[in-house]
Amino acid sequence: MIIRILGEGQYDVADHALDRLNELDATLEAAVEASDDAAFSTALASLLDGVRTAGVAHPADSLDESDLILPPSDATIDEVRQMLNEDGLIPG
Amino acid sequence: MSLMKRISLIFRSKANKALDRAEDPRETLDYSYQRQLDLLSKVRRGVADVATSRKRVELQVTQLEQSAAKLQAQAEKSLQMNREDLAREALTRKSALASQITDLKTQHAQLLGEEEKLTLAQQRLQAKVESFRTRKETIKATYTAAEAQTRINEAMSGIGEEMGDVGLAIQRAEDKTAQMQARAGAIDELIASGALDDASAINQGDDITRELEAMSSQADVEAELARLKGISAPQAPEAIEAAPDAGEILADEPEKQESVSDASKDGQA
Repeated sequence: MIIRILGEGQYDVADHALDRLNELDATLEAAVEASDDAAFSTALASLLDGVRTAGVAHPADSLDESDLILPPSDATIDEVRQMLNEDGLIPG
Repeated sequence: MSLMKRISLIFRSKANKALDRAEDPRETLDYSYQRQLDLLSKVRRGVADVATSRKRVELQVTQLEQSAAKLQAQAEKSLQMNREDLAREALTRKSALASQITDLKTQHAQLLGEEEKLTLAQQRLQAKVESFRTRKETIKATYTAAEAQTRINEAMSGIGEEMGDVGLAIQRAEDKTAQMQARAGAIDELIASGALDDASAINQGDDITRELEAMSSQADVEAELARLKGISAPQAPEAIEAAPDAGEILADEPEKQESVSDASKDGQA
């Protein structure tokens, strides 16, 4: 599975690592819903670290689409909220 | 649905919407390639802009550090002259500069981080654009309408996602740089107005410098007098010609004799 961290590039992540990443993802989602800034920062850092640790860099010259796309490491909780909004942050 | 999946879906649908489709799929390829090249030059400009801001902050840090060093020297000189009040004033101003310097160094680290990120984004996009160009030429060379659309869609969606990512990175870097430029502009104005380095600028009439200069010119006069008195005392004439000042003459004298005797020993050997 290919996971992109925005601003960093794509990683190939083995399927068996996904359970752990899904747990981290759920924590992050809960932090966004609870508007808990501190929990959000910790959860985002853990999720991105999880991807970087479990994954290897996908070749830069491939034209493959990612299966999952994650926010940049310095994203704020508000930016992530905007990303979840159709009219949000991502330039169209 | 998980957060990752929601973000992915929205990101992808936006990236795909941004791709323009022409009547002839081959035109779509060329048009997309042109937009990729445009984006590449935009990233390069972005890297250059961030580097310019970073260098400006570096220059400001250097200026403020020089001011702080001057204030430190003033404080030391003031203490030597038993003027604790002046030393305290100089150190107070220095500590105000120190917090500005710390702030600027944080900004500098952030700008450096943005610059590295954008440089890497540029390299990734460059690699993908190059792949896209190769794939585009292959598709056009072996073009059959039936299979073209699928292969074009594959190539386009991969590059579209990268373009969306790079576009976002540029936008974020621009936002951050703009904020920092506003602050850097404010510091430039402060430096230009003299508010920050007046205290340490030489001959610009700040109070610490004036007082120190007044005291040191007195001290210099005394030192010069003492020197003249020393010189007027009987000395070996050749030593006066060789050395410019009395203290050195006295210190140099024994060495000179040694070196002469060394030389004469060498001569004998």
